[in-house]
Amino acid sequence: MTGTHLGMPAFPPFPDAAREAVRDGVLRANLRHATHTIRGKRARAVAELADWERLRAAGKAVKDHTLRHLDRYLLQLEASVTAAGGTVHWAADADEANRIVTDLVLATGESEVVKVKSMATQETGLNEALEAAGIAAYETDLAELIVQLGHDRPSHILVPAIHRNRREIRDIFRSEMGGWGRPAPEDLGDDPRELAEAARLHLREKFLRAKVAVSGANFVVAETGTMVVLESEGNGRMCLTLPDTLISVVGIEKVVPTFRDLEVFLQTLPRSSTAERMNPYTTMWTGTHEGDGPSAFHLVLLDNGRTDTLADATGRQALRCIRCSACLNVCPVYERAGGHAYGSVYPGPIGAVLSPQLRGTAGAVDASLPYASTLCGACYEVCPVAIDIPEILLHLRERVVQGGPVTREGVRVRLRPAHGHTAERAAMRAARLLLDHPGALRAGERLLARARRLRPRRLPGPGRAWTDTRELPDIPAEPFRDWWLRERGNRP
Amino acid sequence: MRAALFVTCVNDALYPRTGIAVVRLLERLGVQVDFPAAQSCCGQPQYNTGYRHEAEPLLRRTAAAFAGYDHVVTPSGSCAAMIREHYPRMGRRAAEEGRGGGLAELAQDLVPRVHELTEFLVDVLGVTDVGAYFPHTVTYHPSCHGLRSLGLGERPRRLLAAVKGLELVELPGADECCGFGGTFSVRNPDVSAAMGTDKTAAARATGAEVLCGADNSCLAHLGGILRRAGDPMRTLHLAEILAATEEDPLEEDLLEEDPLP
Ligand code: SF4
Repeated sequence: MTGTHLGMPAFPPFPDAAREAVRDGVLRANLRHATHTIRGKRARAVAELADWERLRAAGKAVKDHTLRHLDRYLLQLEASVTAAGGTVHWAADADEANRIVTDLVLATGESEVVKVKSMATQETGLNEALEAAGIAAYETDLAELIVQLGHDRPSHILVPAIHRNRREIRDIFRSEMGGWGRPAPEDLGDDPRELAEAARLHLREKFLRAKVAVSGANFVVAETGTMVVLESEGNGRMCLTLPDTLISVVGIEKVVPTFRDLEVFLQTLPRSSTAERMNPYTTMWTGTHEGDGPSAFHLVLLDNGRTDTLADATGRQALRCIRCSACLNVCPVYERAGGHAYGSVYPGPIGAVLSPQLRGTAGAVDASLPYASTLCGACYEVCPVAIDIPEILLHLRERVVQGGPVTREGVRVRLRPAHGHTAERAAMRAARLLLDHPGALRAGERLLARARRLRPRRLPGPGRAWTDTRELPDIPAEPFRDWWLRERGNRP
Repeated sequence: MRAALFVTCVNDALYPRTGIAVVRLLERLGVQVDFPAAQSCCGQPQYNTGYRHEAEPLLRRTAAAFAGYDHVVTPSGSCAAMIREHYPRMGRRAAEEGRGGGLAELAQDLVPRVHELTEFLVDVLGVTDVGAYFPHTVTYHPSCHGLRSLGLGERPRRLLAAVKGLELVELPGADECCGFGGTFSVRNPDVSAAMGTDKTAAARATGAEVLCGADNSCLAHLGGILRRAGDPMRTLHLAEILAATEEDPLEEDLLEEDPLP
């Protein structure tokens, strides 16, 4: 299908990847602890606001309105950014975005950049592209630093190293920091404060040296051309103010019309993501200013499958996402499977609906993602912009097994059902035929009742998946229908 | 009052005791229960796995089977949610694709008449004490569809709390999914089993004798895990507890490992 890149190497389909994760006791314990802690805190932070449901509706409304008029707001944004002294670049896909950024960095004559945590650049695989051009990219977000130093992949939107515990982090710092810059102290322990201090010293060196920074943005305001980054550590702010050149890579869905619209999201995002009442570091910058902050500012607007997603009436609501990660933290499947199982930089429920839309459902991973959910609805319940993730999952399941119309690179095409569902399709059809003929259904039930003594402990075929871990229910001596006929059947 | 029972395909074939309990319970409360024989499956397995077109004939069948009844009662939160949440969607989508054939109208007509059992008891009949007797410790797992799609809230717990002799103990993490999820339990068996194991462990820790729910599919999954582990805890549908009275108690053997005759 499309060549949309989502920043992950080839990966097994979800059930296989999840199987490995479920068996990893340390990973499960780390995830359980982390998600349950934040889950409880978020619920309390949200319960404090009497108007939460209205804020949620407002956030949804702002995003929906913007998406409906996205072309207009993007052009307005381009005009505002340009007027404020910035330069706007348009990138149709990941490759184009990486090329633009690489060229911009090379033009400065620098060979290293500091990075503010950004999902957009992870999505495009920017760090790898820069490395290929001889440019070193240093992540400055603490969790991103852990992932980068550990030659690892992020597993959570907000806390990319959520799958690591502090002992693992200490080991990574001790063995890897020296290779990138200031080494960790010899006697580094696993106390969170000690770890943070080691990271602080390591990073400070980078901030003071860097001439170029690369960031994303949580929001961009069309009216004023203002970029907004929310973070907890303040490292981003260092990158956004110290270097001479700032390059921001931002998905086109991040635009909001006016400065006032931020009011809603500055309340809902921190409470949903870190359970904070107010965000610790909120940095806003508009173009360039003499003697204040970077003297050159570039905004790279990234499409990478978003326009095609926008063309889908059900699926487009995923573009409302403000990447708060609340849905990951409540998802019981994410909690057991971990972020890596989702095969993209977007894990958890939002990843399960976003990746197969941005990349298409042709690949094995993307065809498996819509099924990586029990449809329990917890993600929808917590989402601060009310994305009905279960609805999109069902919509995408249909796309996988039944095919249907989609837009690819602006062209409306009809997808054929994905491969590998022939047996299931036949079974679903057979079941439906049986269920739609009560006579046949009753005969089937009676057959089952007669075979009840044969109740096997292990089933063959797809049923094995059930009996590997669970007993089958006992088969009753007669179906309800027969009881009814016998006991109440003489009634009209 | 007259009401039609939508027993659901899973209950019909595997859990007739639940259907029988609903009949006894409702009749005891003065409801005349009908069982339209033309009913079948609501189409949830097809729809939830992505086979929307295969679910359409079952929408049509379900609507036809219950045409003319003011009240349709079902002892399954997830089947009630399928009808209430997804039938209208299916109708709309079918109309958009030009394969409507009145599906939207059928859905619109059926939806307001369908009640999950606890909704019917509390909202329609206006009872919370149904005169049941069940001298056991019980913990209740509110399945996701009942909890979030239907918003059953405290109804099931209020009904259980009013049962004579019953001691209701809270299930920690009650609102977390048990991991069944229909075909999820087969497509992602490892995650499903891990979730179910955590749920049954939480239930065990309450010290309750019975893990009660209002969806037999979830209970089949949880009960299957308990039994594989040789655990004495029993799973039981809410309807069976509510149907039990002092004069007509639940047979004791249902609380023990059920030996095949
Ligand atoms: S889908 Fe909703 S809950 Fe999940 S990350 Fe996006 S905004 Fe947050």
